[in-house]
Amino acid sequence: MDINDLRSIVTVVSLLTFLGVVWWAYGVKGNKQRFEEAAQLPFLDEAADRAELGLDRNGQRKA
Amino acid sequence: MSVTQSTYNYKVVRQFAVMTVIWGIVGMLVGVIIAAQLVWPELNLGWLHFGRLRPLHTNAVIFAFGGSALFATSYYVVQRTCHTRIFSDGLAAFTFWGWQLIIVLAAVTLPLGITSGKEYAELEWPIDILITLVWVAYAVVFFGTIAKRKVSHIYVANWFYGGFILAVALLHVVNSAAIPVSLTKSYSAYAGVQDAMVQWWYGHNAVGFFLTAGFLGMMYYFVPKQAGRPVYSYRLSVVHFWALIFTYMWAGPHHLHYTALPDWTQSVGMLFSLILLAPSWGGMINGVMTLSGAWHKLRDDPILKFLITSLSFYGMSTFEGPMMAIKTVNALSHYTDWTVGHVHSGALGWVAMVSIGAIYYLLPRLFGKPEMFSVKLITVHFWVATIGVVLYIASMWIAGVMQGLMWRAVNIDGTLTYSFVESVKASYPFWAIRFLGGLLFLVGMLIMAYNMVKTIAGGRTVDDALVLQPAAHHA
Repeated sequence: MDINDLRSIVTVVSLLTFLGVVWWAYGVKGNKQRFEEAAQLPFLDEAADRAELGLDRNGQRKA
Repeated sequence: MSVTQSTYNYKVVRQFAVMTVIWGIVGMLVGVIIAAQLVWPELNLGWLHFGRLRPLHTNAVIFAFGGSALFATSYYVVQRTCHTRIFSDGLAAFTFWGWQLIIVLAAVTLPLGITSGKEYAELEWPIDILITLVWVAYAVVFFGTIAKRKVSHIYVANWFYGGFILAVALLHVVNSAAIPVSLTKSYSAYAGVQDAMVQWWYGHNAVGFFLTAGFLGMMYYFVPKQAGRPVYSYRLSVVHFWALIFTYMWAGPHHLHYTALPDWTQSVGMLFSLILLAPSWGGMINGVMTLSGAWHKLRDDPILKFLITSLSFYGMSTFEGPMMAIKTVNALSHYTDWTVGHVHSGALGWVAMVSIGAIYYLLPRLFGKPEMFSVKLITVHFWVATIGVVLYIASMWIAGVMQGLMWRAVNIDGTLTYSFVESVKASYPFWAIRFLGGLLFLVGMLIMAYNMVKTIAGGRTVDDALVLQPAAHHA
């Protein structure tokens, strides 16, 4: 096998891998909900946010 | 919402966050000094001349300032998005003190001229070994925390931080391979053009992973949090991650255009650099569009101003970079101040500004205050820093293009039109403007330090932030 065959194969495999990632992110039905859940991760602990800022339940500063 | 007894480890976050500001001031001060040395050469005194101080500047701003910001934010983000305390308090403390020791050793050895001579990897082999130990501990703490997470998903910010940690370990170990001849001197394990290729594979990926992937992790947490809305497209962030880390690995040869490196390798480097525009802009758009529908928040939230402006500079420099990687453009830009301007539009505009925004977000939370001592001073800092960056990069563009044109100008008989020193002389006014821009950026950091001290004063060290079970994940 010529080294240029190997170069072509690497290029094609790389392109297919990229298309695979795009398909996985946008094409797979079940992933849509997973990703929407994951996107909410930073917002699941607002109580901790209030606690570390020294605020009470209503967002007012504790005495 | 059920409450477990566990608390977050904010101590290590607090230590790194405070040191980010301090090392930022030190590193940028050295930068301003060497900028002044170019304008006033008589300032080159003894050991403290440009050649010795320049690596100190780059190491201090990249690894001390940028590194501390990455440690602080990654430890905070990984705990908060995994809903668990950090994996090992002891190892986390080891990474803090180990990293500070490395910085101090760099500050001592570089002015003494103890260097392996590899750009951004100047530190000698005993320090390199210490870096490896600290980095392995960092990886254990970070991935250990992910392993014991209480949620099923690994948030995208952690993917970027994790990619950064793994890639930097690989880069550091491969590029630092050397044969020691004494405690303070070693020679690279590679020779000739291979050594150059390994060095710039490392060098450009230091930009791609240390200065980009890690800070994109920062973006994916702090921009949504400060804007109060989830990231524009999580699916785009998945493509962004894989495309970016795959493409960056191959871009290094663009630092070696028109050298002894084989032509085909140069072309591969140029091509991958051009492709990089796509994932870079995908990520930038994803960050900026997170504000979509909430643009008014930019008007009076200076932390958001820092974060969003940093993304604008990121977009600018990731357009400029691929353009400069084109061989014919590089023929003009390489070895000129244009490169220096490009680096600083990324380093000051993107890396420093996103870090500053994230640290302003963190400081009140780590010291139990509802906000920074003075929000107005954050706005002042923002404008001083922005004007500083613009002066810096505009002057370097002009100086760089001018130098490139002067060096390539030839007379009809084939002789050079200008001697090198004539291009140096013509650069002076622009070096003076650059000095002013850098000085403004440093003044901004001093304002930040004042604001930080005032915020810490009378605050409490928050060590009782309870780890809360995520509400949406109740079984």
